[in-house]
Amino acid sequence: MRKIKAASIIQAVIVLVKQANFLLPKDVLSALHRAYRSEKNSRARTILKAVLDNAAYAKKENLAICQDTGMPVVFVEIGQDLKISGNLKSAINKGIEEGYKKYSLRNSIVIDPLHRSKSGFSPCIIHIDIVPGDKLKLVLLPKGFGCENKSQLKMFKPTASLQEIKDFIVGAVKNAGPDACPPYFVGVGIGGSADYSGILAKKALLASLGVKRSPLEKDLLKQINATGIGPMGLGGKTTALAVKILTYPTHIAGLPVSVNISCHALRIAEAVL
Amino acid sequence: MRKITAPLNWDQVKSLKAGQEVFLSGSVYTARDQAHKRLVQAIKERKALPFDLRNAVIYYCGPTQTPRGKIIGSCGPTTSSRMDAFAGLILAKGLRGMIGKGSRGPEVAEAVKKHKGIYFVTYAGCGALLSKYVKSVKTVAYADLGPEAIVKLEVENFPLIVAIDVNGGNLYGQD
Repeated sequence: MRKIKAASIIQAVIVLVKQANFLLPKDVLSALHRAYRSEKNSRARTILKAVLDNAAYAKKENLAICQDTGMPVVFVEIGQDLKISGNLKSAINKGIEEGYKKYSLRNSIVIDPLHRSKSGFSPCIIHIDIVPGDKLKLVLLPKGFGCENKSQLKMFKPTASLQEIKDFIVGAVKNAGPDACPPYFVGVGIGGSADYSGILAKKALLASLGVKRSPLEKDLLKQINATGIGPMGLGGKTTALAVKILTYPTHIAGLPVSVNISCHALRIAEAVL
Repeated sequence: MRKITAPLNWDQVKSLKAGQEVFLSGSVYTARDQAHKRLVQAIKERKALPFDLRNAVIYYCGPTQTPRGKIIGSCGPTTSSRMDAFAGLILAKGLRGMIGKGSRGPEVAEAVKKHKGIYFVTYAGCGALLSKYVKSVKTVAYADLGPEAIVKLEVENFPLIVAIDVNGGNLYGQD
């Protein structure tokens, strides 16, 4: 059985913290460039230019792309033939804590959600999955809360029409309007249970933009971009850059649908140990 | 391009129109959720405020930690509508300008008109770029709030777009 030490996980997470917060993923950057080239609205173009300049400046100066360095979310896939010595969750949180300190990111996490005590860097949110093999995959998504605040869940009837579901998804984007830093990436989770559809919606955001989108995803993107919300909500045809859907089997009595919106700074970094 | 300097007097803002791009220099104070809660509490209890609100500009911003060798870290705007419930009272006490991102509720548009205030937006999700326009920083209150402390920023040619003007013009429409 392959073995790795928790200490190596700490180091890997520190590297991911830097990569995710300072460097936009290539596919996100390309999508922004494409939007800038095709946008006709002059104010939208000015804003998209600022977004691109911001990404370049963050990279050059080792500065956070956005001051909201998020509630870090870590998706973990553990190979069932891998033995980890030490505490996996503590190692991930230690890596987050050390990385966020080292790179001068923001301490946005309050331990007590009701009494809002002094803020710190951790804990992060950890989603763990067991998969075949002997590797450990870590994906870090620092999720800003301007957009996280616009998340929605609706428990549809199993007889709901596709149109009702589409209206709900487009409605969630309209509700986010100018507030959550459009152009957006829209993650959608359909099926499972109430809790699981929420995880699916977030996980959907991780999908590469290089993959061909389904007809439903394309149709939703078209409808969302027809709203005219545009960058910063000041008009234009670029309201979202992609809609990404994940589905899962569900119960005969229901149809959960969750929407998780990401701002234009969709920050993702991944490592396999 | 129009240039304005904070503190912002009436003469500087009376002719500004929603949609207009301006460059702001001078002092602005960062304040977001918890700082607003404390400011409003202090006003209600008639306690001394940590800075002079008259003609002042508040920036809805919580910067990252300051990297070594830099003046400030990433420092873009946060969602303004979370401060809607507090804005009216603070404007009534003399605040002139607010900087943030996104639209405001009708009560804020009303208060802006009544108290001769102004609401600006700046490039959202561009905190690294905006740090270029900050020339100095000084914590003035609520240091225990960490990133939510009130920090006085000296800015130079900070890029803004007028979103709600003193005559009721609103870039986001009347919602």
